Amino acid sequence: MCPLCRRDAGQGDGMTPLVRAEMVSVSHPGADRPVISQISMRIEPAEIVTVVGPNGSGKSTLVRALLGQVPLSSGKVERLDGLRIGYVPQRVHIERAMPMTVRRFLSLPVRVSDAQAAHVLARTGVPGLERRQIISLSGGQFQRVLLARALLNAPQLLVLDEPTQGLDQPGIIAFYQLIEEVRAETGAAVLMVSHDLLVVMRASDKVVCLNGHVCCQGTPQAVSAAPEYRALFGAESQGTLALYRHHHDHDHDHVAGGHQHSPDCGHHPQEFQA
Amino acid sequence: MLDDFMTRAVLAGLGLVLATGPLGAFVVWRRMAYFGDSTAHAAILGVAMSFAFAMPLYLGTLAVVVAMGLTVAWLSGRGQSSDTVLGVIAHSALALGLVAASFVPALRSDLETYLFGDILAIGRADLLWIWAGSLAVLGLILWRWQRMVTASVNEELAMASGINPSFERLILSLALAVIVAIAIRIVGALLISALLIIPAAAARGLSGTPERMAGSASVIGAIAVIAGLGASLALDSPAGPSIVVVAAAIYALSLVFYRRY
Repeated sequence: MCPLCRRDAGQGDGMTPLVRAEMVSVSHPGADRPVISQISMRIEPAEIVTVVGPNGSGKSTLVRALLGQVPLSSGKVERLDGLRIGYVPQRVHIERAMPMTVRRFLSLPVRVSDAQAAHVLARTGVPGLERRQIISLSGGQFQRVLLARALLNAPQLLVLDEPTQGLDQPGIIAFYQLIEEVRAETGAAVLMVSHDLLVVMRASDKVVCLNGHVCCQGTPQAVSAAPEYRALFGAESQGTLALYRHHHDHDHDHVAGGHQHSPDCGHHPQEFQA
Repeated sequence: MLDDFMTRAVLAGLGLVLATGPLGAFVVWRRMAYFGDSTAHAAILGVAMSFAFAMPLYLGTLAVVVAMGLTVAWLSGRGQSSDTVLGVIAHSALALGLVAASFVPALRSDLETYLFGDILAIGRADLLWIWAGSLAVLGLILWRWQRMVTASVNEELAMASGINPSFERLILSLALAVIVAIAIRIVGALLISALLIIPAAAARGLSGTPERMAGSASVIGAIAVIAGLGASLALDSPAGPSIVVVAAAIYALSLVFYRRY
């Protein structure tokens, strides 16, 4: 329960998902191949869903499709009526030419009270930054300010597009801890795009591996039942590059149904059952 | 009171900087300087066409400048906003305007008036146009302030808040066109960009928030108008360029007092 707005941010209608995507495809005009094709996924209340995948696999496009920011070429996205979303976009760059205090930034585009601003800044671990200029903040501080801004409308769903870009390893771990705390306190679901696979498997309730299509998705535990899971963790010690290579030439013989796929994997998305 | 040409000049300049402060801040924040040049240079073509077709000066100029602003906005919306493309458009528009003006005998003799302005020749009708246009632009910007600032900070943040950044960009282009049209007799087509950018740039070092920067830009613009006209009177220097020179001096001075906001 948020002490300021006196709303329980996470409450959904029991089993009703916050967002449900069915066979969603998005194409850029003029491109011969869709950026993402036939994606089906759901985000339940209070769960942390992380989308992983190589560069150009359509992660940000998927997020925008779920938010309703890009037109779909097929399929449909259903969002809960009046769903409150807090959004942290990828790589926010603020022009040096624009003077902007943290306090002023929090009031864009909806003006908030000083008490609300102080509350969200304290919640994200950066209390008292109000009078600082945005451009004078460190990368970690700025990410926390962005998260604070996203928390202002007591979101039921937090959407974070590569929130730890540019942070060092301790910074990344601290940030994910913060996300989990926020989720535990507000009950908000979290949809995250991430490159930090080391932390993702520990910090997520559900992982979606994307490469234009959904290669696999499920709880980390469900995935762990599959050979692919061992491949994931085997790859983890060898760094992310090996992991992505795995995603490129994977097969799905472990998937329910036991059918094989070609390396380009042009199949319907498969969902691991927990 | 309005019988004095100096009073009319001051009033015209103050009317203009009322809107160029906030609008100039957006031009600086969004790196629209070249965009402003493209629009402003098209004004000479607008003046030539107004003379050729015996249209009212402000309406003819406004029509051409709005068309130019929309074209450039459309091009940059299609990802064509490179320096090169804008540079081509800005200077072609100016050259085309100068060529067109050479075919209009009435314009040939006082072309300079429209290139650099002639604020000392401002009449009562001009004042009406200037104040009406400036207040309209100021009202438009104040009305959409929160949305425009958010869209200027980050387009994705804006979209997630239900703001349409392309629409806000369009509004700014139109506001810019109106300002260019009403400034044509004050500082002229070549110097209006200076009056947008220099006061805003000078205000940057003295301001901690977007609002202060926009307000300070107007105040700095007003000082430049009054001091520039005074200098023009004392030194018999051209009025429009004198105003810009004072603004530039204030900018240089602001660097000395620059606080690391």
